Amino acid sequence: MRNQARALLRTHEGKLLIVVLLLGAFLSVATGSFFTLQNLVDLLTSYSFSGMLAAGLLVVLISGGIDISFTATASIAQYVAMSVANAYSVGWITVIAICAAIGIVCGMLNAVLIGVLRLSSIIVTIATLNVFFGLLMFITHGNEIFSLPDWFGSGANWVVYTDSDQTPYAINLEMIGLVGAFLVTGLLLTRTNIGRQIYALGSNVDAAKRVGIKVFRLNLLVYGYLGFIAGMAALVQAQNAQSVSPNALVGRELDVLAAVVLGGASLTGGVGTVFGTILGVMLLAFLQNGLLLLGVPSYWSQCFTGAVILIAVSLLAVERQRHRAAARRVMA
Amino acid sequence: MSERVVAVPPPSALSRLMPGAVLLRLFALFAVLVILLGALLGGKLFNGAAVRSMAFQLPELGVLALAMMIPLLSGGLDLSIIATANLSALGAATIFTHFGVGAHGMAAIPWDVLAILVGFAIAGVIGTLNGVVIAYLGVSPILATLGSMTLVKGIAIGLTHGGIISGFPAFMVFIGNGSVFDVPVVLIVFVLIAIPVSILLTRTPFGTIVAMLGSNEKAVRYSGIDTRRVLIKVYILSALLSSVAGMLMMARFNSANASYGESYLLITILAAVLGGVDPAGGFGRVSGLVLALVILQLVSTAANLLNISQFLGLALWGVILLGVAGVSRVWETVSILLRSAPKDSS
Repeated sequence: MRNQARALLRTHEGKLLIVVLLLGAFLSVATGSFFTLQNLVDLLTSYSFSGMLAAGLLVVLISGGIDISFTATASIAQYVAMSVANAYSVGWITVIAICAAIGIVCGMLNAVLIGVLRLSSIIVTIATLNVFFGLLMFITHGNEIFSLPDWFGSGANWVVYTDSDQTPYAINLEMIGLVGAFLVTGLLLTRTNIGRQIYALGSNVDAAKRVGIKVFRLNLLVYGYLGFIAGMAALVQAQNAQSVSPNALVGRELDVLAAVVLGGASLTGGVGTVFGTILGVMLLAFLQNGLLLLGVPSYWSQCFTGAVILIAVSLLAVERQRHRAAARRVMA
Repeated sequence: MSERVVAVPPPSALSRLMPGAVLLRLFALFAVLVILLGALLGGKLFNGAAVRSMAFQLPELGVLALAMMIPLLSGGLDLSIIATANLSALGAATIFTHFGVGAHGMAAIPWDVLAILVGFAIAGVIGTLNGVVIAYLGVSPILATLGSMTLVKGIAIGLTHGGIISGFPAFMVFIGNGSVFDVPVVLIVFVLIAIPVSILLTRTPFGTIVAMLGSNEKAVRYSGIDTRRVLIKVYILSALLSSVAGMLMMARFNSANASYGESYLLITILAAVLGGVDPAGGFGRVSGLVLALVILQLVSTAANLLNISQFLGLALWGVILLGVAGVSRVWETVSILLRSAPKDSS
């Protein structure tokens, strides 16, 4: 047990866990309102969109690729799904199916283009981001959808607990989506053969090819999975915002990337865990929420976020350099 | 990962003068577009006013694309260019509006010079920070500049509360909106920057080392060159060019703000890659970039004239990049087939 704890401390996730716990403890003491059920529920709800996307992007990063286009994919999915829901009398299943289908198709299109054009994934997905977003804005003229169907607007709420002030606390769609995304991603990465293949692909492409991994097929799955998650996250976000705007999501892709990278995933592939990603999202959520509760003007929030990202990626890089130096000493 | 086989022909005097494959491809694309759009729009696109409006719009993106191109050549990336442009413009704007406008005549000149120097100094600090974090701490350029982008934009928002600073001396307005002999001043500024950058990248030891860094950093280090100092210079240069772009934007809008031009960020990468800059580093020329910028500008001006949404223009930019990559893939495959065909028959 003690050995396990010590081993955890040596990993990036362990150190990050301590930072997140310390930050949480400090905010609980410094502000009365941080460690309340209401605030924590709000945090879970408002960070569900970026959290879900972080889980999906993690898989792509581990496979050695990168995707910038998922916010545009999400925008298309929610716009189409809500337009259909408003026009026809359809239910949850149809809406979910539409979002899933659009997400998977857009994601797989990225994989096909990367495979066929042999361009780097960042260039292809920057291009598809512009194509997806440009077409969506062109077709919708940038018009928002303000009224959602009643059954969708009221969403999924199971009141599980009512406190002394009669404030109900419910398990909502956002929480289900967030927990679901992390759970499925975790199972995919650690409990399946495909997960092992994804790590192998990201660690060493040539070795992965030699042992018979079908790179193109695996890429289809990886980018398709992120697309699928983006579709689901889009649904959750539409429910949370109670409206759909075609240009509300694009521009947030780099924030999601920052959260995943803070969680220890490497841009060169092969490295990263769901636990770390959860901590990365938590760190940014706690930081932004905490600054607000501490009374720091919201104008300065982004400055602190940037400083934390810069410090964290520097520490990570220095740590990796030291590991590599140690490995060299052992080899010698 | 892509495995590319690059056949290097022996350099001859003639081949040095001939445009490369990338330039030829871009010229072909340009010609096709001109014919197509000319048939579609005719005199509406190719008249003085339309060409002049293109000449006014191109330089902003052009200078930003140059700022992105240099780190790309070195095998990196600079996501902080827009944030740097805005913060340094805000810095210059503060001096301009607080001191420069109050003074008149000759008394204003020191303040104007100071304002521009402050803008460059801010950019220099950000560039040095990027360079140190990337070169000495070994952070990947995407992550380092993602962090500094957020930090720098955060500082700009924190200081201005998201507001704009406006009201500049007449000469700034002239730089942004004036013309000399019908040539926009912004275009002159762009040319005056693009030519030295082009010379720096192709005719100086520094340029050669930057391109070599993008091809094989280890080989450059083992050949006795301090790669870390070169990398710091790369990011300082990128920040200084961003600063110029920021001041051009400030001059054109007659105001400065923390979030101007954000949609340009990923577009600059697109333009550079379309212009033949290898995203993995090592290869790329300013001439290709300029041609790519002209093509992109032509498409968006045409979209504007055809009364289609500017967003369709954005989508077309993406399609063009993917299309050019697709065509060159097909070309590669065909040329490999052609080369292997005689062997099979013999």
